[in-house]
Amino acid sequence: MLKIIQNRMEQGCRTSKYPKTPITLNKRYRGLPKIHKNCPASLKKKCADQCPQDAIDADNGLIDLGRCVFCGHCETLSKGDFVQFTQNFELGVAKKEHLLTDGNLPRLAEHAKAHFKKLFGRSLQLRQVSAAGCNSCEADTNVLNTPFFDLARFGIQFVASPRHADGIHVTGPISRNMQAALLTTYEAVPSPKVVIASGSCSISGGPFRGSPEVVGDLNSLLPVDLYIPGCPPHPLTTLHALLNYFK
Amino acid sequence: MDNLLKIGNGEIVKRSDIPHLSFDVFRRELLDFAVNGGQVVHYFAYEDDGVLKVMAVLRNDDGLYVTGSDVAEAYHALTADCEKFHMFEREIAEQYGVRPNDHPWLKHVRYHANYRNREDVFGNDYSQDIPGNYEYFPVEGDAIHEVAVGPVHAGIIEPGHFRFQCIGEEVLHLEIQLGYQHRGVEKMLLEVPRKRMPVIVEGIAGDTAIGHSLCYAQAMEALGSVAVDQGARIVRSIAHELERLANHIGDLGALSGDVAFNPPAAYFGRLRGEFLNLLMVLSGNRFGKGLVRPGGVAYTMGQEQRQLLIDKIKETKPEVEHVCDLLFTAHTVQARFDLTGTVDRETAEKLGLVGYSGRASGLAYDARVSFPTECYAELPANMNHKTDGDVASRATVRREEIEHSFLLIETLLAKNVETESVLAGECKLAPSSFVVTINEGWRGEISHCLLTDAEGGILRYKVKDPSFHNWTGLAMSLRNQGISDFPLCNKSFNLSYCGFDL
Repeated sequence: MLKIIQNRMEQGCRTSKYPKTPITLNKRYRGLPKIHKNCPASLKKKCADQCPQDAIDADNGLIDLGRCVFCGHCETLSKGDFVQFTQNFELGVAKKEHLLTDGNLPRLAEHAKAHFKKLFGRSLQLRQVSAAGCNSCEADTNVLNTPFFDLARFGIQFVASPRHADGIHVTGPISRNMQAALLTTYEAVPSPKVVIASGSCSISGGPFRGSPEVVGDLNSLLPVDLYIPGCPPHPLTTLHALLNYFK
Repeated sequence: MDNLLKIGNGEIVKRSDIPHLSFDVFRRELLDFAVNGGQVVHYFAYEDDGVLKVMAVLRNDDGLYVTGSDVAEAYHALTADCEKFHMFEREIAEQYGVRPNDHPWLKHVRYHANYRNREDVFGNDYSQDIPGNYEYFPVEGDAIHEVAVGPVHAGIIEPGHFRFQCIGEEVLHLEIQLGYQHRGVEKMLLEVPRKRMPVIVEGIAGDTAIGHSLCYAQAMEALGSVAVDQGARIVRSIAHELERLANHIGDLGALSGDVAFNPPAAYFGRLRGEFLNLLMVLSGNRFGKGLVRPGGVAYTMGQEQRQLLIDKIKETKPEVEHVCDLLFTAHTVQARFDLTGTVDRETAEKLGLVGYSGRASGLAYDARVSFPTECYAELPANMNHKTDGDVASRATVRREEIEHSFLLIETLLAKNVETESVLAGECKLAPSSFVVTINEGWRGEISHCLLTDAEGGILRYKVKDPSFHNWTGLAMSLRNQGISDFPLCNKSFNLSYCGFDL
């Protein structure tokens, strides 16, 4: 008992004040890219050619956040003259076309469905389905339950049964072997229900796009309401997206 | 030992120098090696000019060996004589449609059609869902009941199916069916442009992104004759140990949560994040993705990053020690950890368990000591003191490794780091060559094995996550245990689904 008290004193209260107080992430964190369209076309082409995810549209100066894994290769290659990643972690979008961006994302809260806010704004229960995720999306979603993020204080919880859930939160490129289980889980959630695609895999197949063993696009199976980009999305990216879309 | 070629970890070998035995001699040689205490690192099939071949990489206390052979469409299973080959032979049957006759438990591994469009060994129609044409192993009797769990589990975790055969609360047998995470990694690595490879490798198991990336990078460096400077090796080693720290700390927290002792669960849950954040300080990603690239590291460690690491390690180390003390001295925790989920040394040896799962059962093997890469040759080794094979031992080994990783990181941070960041470029790979790379990831021995063809293209890319060995260990640990101890046993191993499923 004494040890519990000692540790409790040492640990103190660690819960973040976000979103009331902004958080600044380490400068190496790669969030929303800033794109300098006026850089030389050859540099844009070089970045697009070498992008491991083929996420760059050099002609229009756009980057597909649904494909991007934020490895930063284009930033290093262009020394920041074409793509420059900022520390802005607010990346969630409501429409797939918003993912193809010049660095200016529309405000998520304005694109949320009004009836979702009304239904789920005060209480949201989600069933997480890992459909061939590499466990980094899963791990950084789980982290939201730790004291620093303490997701439950916002009335949002991950629940065990789809019957208790208001929607599903999907990670991974959806392997053929998980497709049936994913669809069954979705069907088991009572309507109206929400579908969230988290991480580049569930949005575009991510690193595994093109493999015949994966579906690669959650939206081709189920109507996606909210997209959370990243590889994996930073826990704050997920938190921001959930709060802005539902609150 | 003429039939085995002794090789080094990460050392390029001409394929023509690898012994090519008749299958009978190959089989005998492998069995001799394995029953005399040797272990299997790889045993896989590949196609070369339309000829189907097999290759084995073996290890014992004296070193690492490779040998090969042609293989027929069916052969007498090695598993019939030695358990160490059981999963490898099932994998070969699944990937290439080769039938190992008399295999005691010939069952699919990941549930996918074979690479050669051959008739399926298991009689599966892959348009059907897992488990296809397979009946789970039943225990018969009026008092027996069956519990089926998954693939979708109750928490935020990866999918897999567990089938328990129970009598009352007691588990007689646990069968684990994986494959739900199969993404076709090994095939993709052959087919995609080289620029995509590092990103795919980081996704083999995201919680082991550094470990798998090291295996990949070291293999490409060997085949492409690319030198890596000492500074990059230091950064890579620090990142690798941070990955170990984050995972071990997270798991100790989860173990605590599984026995309903909540304070350490909360504290370790938060502390784990501190180490992920340190990986982000190094690489910009909480899992270290984007950091390790062939030739070095994509992001160097400057004075600023080094100081952040030094300060944070200094701050968190006593906290971690105090929470460990809280966890390991609590009687309620000891009562649940002790003598739960025991895998004895003999079983562990037969199954070839690796990493903390092996060390907790008394198998001392640590690839950082036996086949050191990066900076490990100059660093002190770890010793484990509790090796009873139970949950308490696996937890204690993790605690000892946490202390050891702190020591390694502190030692490495004191060194001078001079390195340039490398850009992942394409390098020409040596033709007709072979390389195997081994690293002690946080779960244990990770190994990648590459064969190149006459033009320097990659002919075969074989990936092995430590979970490939250890899942069977978890199944064995549940024998005659209460079913309510499953979460505890499971977390004490904490194996990778996607690393196994590829």
